[in-house]
Amino acid sequence: MKIRSILAKKGMNVITITPDQEIRQAVTLLAAKNIGALVVVNQEQRPIGILSERDIIRQAAVDENLFSLKVADLMTQQLITGMPNDDTFSIAHTMTEKRFRHMPIVEDGKLVGIVSIGDIMKAERNQYRGEIDTLETQIMADDS
Amino acid sequence: MSQNGTLESPLRVAVVGAGPTGFYTAEHLFKQKEYVVTVDMYERLPIPFGLVRYGVAPDHPKIKSVTNVYDRIAQNPGFRFFGNVEIGKHITVPEMQAYYHQIVFTTGAQTDRRLNIPGEDLAGSLPATEFVAWYNGHPDYRDYEVDLSHENVAVVGIGNVAMDVARILCRTPEELYQTDIADYALEALRQSKVKNVYVMGRRGPGQAAFTTPEIKELGEMEDADAYVLPEEAELDVLSQAALADSSDRATMKKVEIIQSYAGRVPSGKSRRLTVRFLVSPLELVDDGEGNIACMRLVKNELYATDAGTLRPRATEKVEELPVTMVFRAIGYRGVPIPGVPFYDSWGVILNREGRVLDPETQEPLAGLYTGGWIKRGPSGVIGTNKPDALETVKNMLEDVASEKTLCPDKTGQAEIFAFVQNRQPDFFTYDDWTRLDALELAKGEAVGRPRVKFTSVDEMLKALGR
Repeated sequence: MKIRSILAKKGMNVITITPDQEIRQAVTLLAAKNIGALVVVNQEQRPIGILSERDIIRQAAVDENLFSLKVADLMTQQLITGMPNDDTFSIAHTMTEKRFRHMPIVEDGKLVGIVSIGDIMKAERNQYRGEIDTLETQIMADDS
Repeated sequence: MSQNGTLESPLRVAVVGAGPTGFYTAEHLFKQKEYVVTVDMYERLPIPFGLVRYGVAPDHPKIKSVTNVYDRIAQNPGFRFFGNVEIGKHITVPEMQAYYHQIVFTTGAQTDRRLNIPGEDLAGSLPATEFVAWYNGHPDYRDYEVDLSHENVAVVGIGNVAMDVARILCRTPEELYQTDIADYALEALRQSKVKNVYVMGRRGPGQAAFTTPEIKELGEMEDADAYVLPEEAELDVLSQAALADSSDRATMKKVEIIQSYAGRVPSGKSRRLTVRFLVSPLELVDDGEGNIACMRLVKNELYATDAGTLRPRATEKVEELPVTMVFRAIGYRGVPIPGVPFYDSWGVILNREGRVLDPETQEPLAGLYTGGWIKRGPSGVIGTNKPDALETVKNMLEDVASEKTLCPDKTGQAEIFAFVQNRQPDFFTYDDWTRLDALELAKGEAVGRPRVKFTSVDEMLKALGR
């Protein structure tokens, strides 16, 4: 299965934030959109980092005044991006091995989406359920 | 707004497209207990079941047995079928909005993706989707010209469509007679001169999209040998590492079967099916008269992307494959429906988890939904569409609860029926299909075949005495 089939049903909008915005705004956005990470983009809308719940929590543990920090202060800059044609299987593997949960997806340099490990798990679960259902139907047909 | 979904005012849903997802959508709607629902299913073709009838290979009858499940769904008293009715032609989406609270588009992915190489449009270069529709008796393709006088044929792609096409080209007339393949296709394949079929994958054995049973089946054909070049059966270092890392048993089994075909000595069978790995077509060479002289292809090597996927990349090595007929089977693509937002670069209806979105605002358009391949693109097996349809139906029900549905001004089942009849007098009901089904089975029984399909709409109308 390709990442493409997960993105296809997520609409075209990716929730992004710029590095000069405040963590306050990031937290509001994460809560309002019920998501776990924001892609940080520059003026050309190219992804330059990612800011996850975890990045914020880590800072909150040591700094009660984190809300006025800038996104650039907390974002992860070593960004691993994927492509729509990447296999879900290998992206899940990379996320698990490198311990992160969101990956921006880029096509021709342009941000086209973001997938979470949850998205991949859900798609793979549906794939397996589908396969089981198909096999069961065939077995039942043999019996009839 | 008055409450919809009661006995007095049932929730009226239209499903556009009678393939697996259309039926699973209806099933989920009927299974829930909160609302009373009626489902009108519209289908462009007279006969339901979409790719199960017109896509699944005829030599895979077990996969088609899923229609028994759909048959039971269609028995629900709230279900109606309107076949031979095309949305956008006989009825428009805005017109439907006057009759239904919710409309679900499950039209699938009907066209093929192009290779984008020189020579792609030469005579003898065909989309596999059309060949598949042709041999399966699709009414739009019964007069399709397929010249099977070529000895060497390539199928570009390595997914299940590519496998189906290759197998059908290699089966004997006797094997095909035991299937419900269209009569005219059986005749044409009986005269076929095809000797060598090459199936071509861009990546290696470790990434092949086909399933284990599909590759195993190739080695069990009556009069065709399966073959793989020994050097292409070997896993490269990256694939070996990925496989060791994942310990994916299904892929290991697949690789094992592929390697068992490597370097096999021909057993004297009349046809040979060669699965090629790590190759991409560069050009179909013109013979000067608009036909294919041969295919130029390039050998690929694999590299790992940042995200960890093994992707193909062209090497310097170029080769000529002496084929004069080429099927492209690199994937299906959805077709837009007039009046429904389409996301062209993905080939799907613009949606978020099945809710159709307004392209301007990215907010859901009330009452419009989608499911299946036109929602997520072509992926998975038939059954994958069941959880996919469930996701859409969950959102539909949530929107009913929050009264975000269409507000049709015309009500009543009879009113819709009259409207459809007025626009397309030759529409088919589910009862019509049940009668045609019985006739097809009887025609088959008379000649010792599982079924003989009706392949033209006129023929179907005549059989029904219309």
